[in-house]
Amino acid sequence: MLTKRIIPCLDVKEGRVVKGTQFVELRDAGDPVELAAFYDEQWADELVFLDISASHEGRKTMIDVVEQVAATIAIPFTVGGGISSVDDMRNMLRAGADKVSLNTAAVKNPDLITQGSTYFGSQCIVVAVDAKYDESIGSWRIYTHGGRTPTDWEVVDWAREVTARGAGEILLTSMDQDGAKTGFDEALTRTVSEAVDVPVIASGGAGAKEHFVDVFKKSGADAALAASIFHYKETSIEEVKAFIRERGVLVR
Amino acid sequence: MIGIIDYGMGNLYSVKKALERLDIPYFVSEDTEELAKADGLILPGVGAFRDAINLIRENGQFEFIEHWAADGKPLLGICLGMQLLFEGSDEHGETAGFGFLPGHARRFSGKDSQGRRLKVPHMGWNSLEFHQPDHPLLKNVEEGHAYFVHSYVIETADPDVLIATSDYGETVPAVVGRGEIMGTQFHPEKSSTVGIGMLENFGAIVRERSGAHE
Repeated sequence: MLTKRIIPCLDVKEGRVVKGTQFVELRDAGDPVELAAFYDEQWADELVFLDISASHEGRKTMIDVVEQVAATIAIPFTVGGGISSVDDMRNMLRAGADKVSLNTAAVKNPDLITQGSTYFGSQCIVVAVDAKYDESIGSWRIYTHGGRTPTDWEVVDWAREVTARGAGEILLTSMDQDGAKTGFDEALTRTVSEAVDVPVIASGGAGAKEHFVDVFKKSGADAALAASIFHYKETSIEEVKAFIRERGVLVR
Repeated sequence: MIGIIDYGMGNLYSVKKALERLDIPYFVSEDTEELAKADGLILPGVGAFRDAINLIRENGQFEFIEHWAADGKPLLGICLGMQLLFEGSDEHGETAGFGFLPGHARRFSGKDSQGRRLKVPHMGWNSLEFHQPDHPLLKNVEEGHAYFVHSYVIETADPDVLIATSDYGETVPAVVGRGEIMGTQFHPEKSSTVGIGMLENFGAIVRERSGAHE
């Protein structure tokens, strides 16, 4: 049977992992390659790298990072952050990324999703969706630019739009829950998961092992992404997996 | 020496890196004269069945691969490359494959036996059930999980070609083969120790084969 995936997310700036500095067993916890290998050994099912570099050099460094990660681990990984053209996608995929994640660029130019899925296949096009509840529309509104810029898109409309254009997966972040550590946004996740046929990765709000049980059992998420809970060693991926397996969630 | 068939589809980087980590000698080529020097071939592939077969024909590789199989030399198809080994696919209209193995690729129904909705593509880690645990590809490999990404599934009436299967509302042929023709629906290079173990075993099969010639 298909298992639920646990995905740690690593923010990379100018080739260095930001956060993730709590691993005393690592020689260099800022090294994305070493951290990737560490999570692989911990039975992470996939990894997501988010490039938050501001500079052009930082972005070029990211390609080197991707090459080294691909040469080191034997699990799939996604690269996102600042990917805004077919060339950007091609560079990352050629460097060995399995999937690329589009966010702001996809809202600005939805045709990028169509082009990416046509050239490279839907299986490697992830659309990252940042959503925040908006009472005025009685639903969740899509934001871009790291959650700073509201758009006119409602989350279900946008999710259907991106899948119709060939997105193979949706990485859904709840801006309401992100950083709160009080659990994933089950209502948002369920709403999107029921609206589309592609897998949905729930993101934002993981603060305890129980939250992973809830998001898988109650919201239909196919995968759950978390950052600080793993980076700051509040729990490990192995612990989360053992915990949710005991509660009836299938994991690898 | 393993030859990886380059026909312009599929990301070869991860397969190459996995072979390098395993110290298995390989080369990548689109040239059938070069590929003919290999002791075993890997047929990769990501994308649409028809596009892949058309490219293989345009590159003049189709007959070469047919002869290779007829000569009983080792061939490993990965993902779409595995599906191409079968008789055909109804992806974008019926397209014929190599027909080395009996069966057809068709789209997942998107429902399980109770009519519950299943997402397509079948994406993620699924558990394997070994049907031929003594098969050389499965040697010392744990009956664990493998990483799948596909929207089409092989349907075969011949259980003899099933080396391992998975379950996604229906039986998913995961490792298939007959004689020296083998394939994995999942990506072994992305399937951690389970998949890497199978690549290592394929390397051993090819090495034995080359030794037999010397």
